[in-house]
Amino acid sequence: MITIKSEREIELMRESGALVAKALDLLEREIQPGMTTKQLDVMAEEFIRDNHGVPSFLNYAPKGDPDVTPYPATLCVSINEEVVHGVPSSKRVVREGDIVSVDCGAYKGGYHGDAARTFVLGVIDEKVQQLVDVTRECLERGIAMAVTGNRLHDISSAIEDYARSFGFSVIENMVGHGIGSELHEDPAVPNYGKKHTGFPLREGMTLAIEPMIALGRSRKAVSRRGGWVAVTEDGKHAAHFEHTIVVRPGKAEVLTRTFLNAENA
Amino acid sequence: MAKEEAIEIEGVILEALPNAQFKVKLENSLEVLAHVSGKIRMHYIRILPGDKVKVQISPYDISKGRITYRYK
Repeated sequence: MITIKSEREIELMRESGALVAKALDLLEREIQPGMTTKQLDVMAEEFIRDNHGVPSFLNYAPKGDPDVTPYPATLCVSINEEVVHGVPSSKRVVREGDIVSVDCGAYKGGYHGDAARTFVLGVIDEKVQQLVDVTRECLERGIAMAVTGNRLHDISSAIEDYARSFGFSVIENMVGHGIGSELHEDPAVPNYGKKHTGFPLREGMTLAIEPMIALGRSRKAVSRRGGWVAVTEDGKHAAHFEHTIVVRPGKAEVLTRTFLNAENA
Repeated sequence: MAKEEAIEIEGVILEALPNAQFKVKLENSLEVLAHVSGKIRMHYIRILPGDKVKVQISPYDISKGRITYRYK
């Protein structure tokens, strides 16, 4: 069931969205080669709890798959060929030349916010840099389609078309989702699809749009049985960006927009 | 956090239903209602309870699927 959020609910989601954005801003400033992914996780969890939130992902168990253990951390930190759901570890170190996708969710006031960014550490391969830039732009193009009058797969096809025009592949078995009082709500927001199809978008729908784009040909992110981390099939790099948005007439409202540029300006 | 959705997964036929539909138990122990793909119908590939099959699951309704391959 797809729910339409009232203005009161959206106001609460703005708060949890802003908390996620600030947590990611903090990580963007602090992340350094040589840190362990566990350090990032601890930093994010402390920040969220200090601001009266609760990590959304901690203990999250997707419905319908009894093999998967509840998620054990605040962040998903996925390095290079890892697409999503990298579990932070004190043994895993981020290095110069890595791309690090950090996905963060916070629950506050009864609602979730969910966002992700891919950070680039130091100098990386030109092709990988392009992947990161294209994925970021995919998200913006997806968001641009999330307006009343469009249909759900207008978002999906905007993402797919842009990624494919650079020869990158779209991860198809991981999708965006509705978000609200539950972390994963209906509808599923795939990153591939046909224009003008799918559910008509209405004002007040809240979606987490998240393109996951890979170099190479992998269309699936695979994880080992019972494990969380999902990697590309061919071991090529993948990037991931995500925002929580509200469908509006004319222009979607982004709830997890960064505060970093606003501070600099 | 991205939601995971299987696109292609293996399963075992539990029960044959009318209209070339089957109840399939998937590897991850979920049960779905699946129909037979046109290509399998064209070639009169018979599917019986107990057969191992490949099923495509719709990302939009995970309780429905499409049987695309019957293992020998």
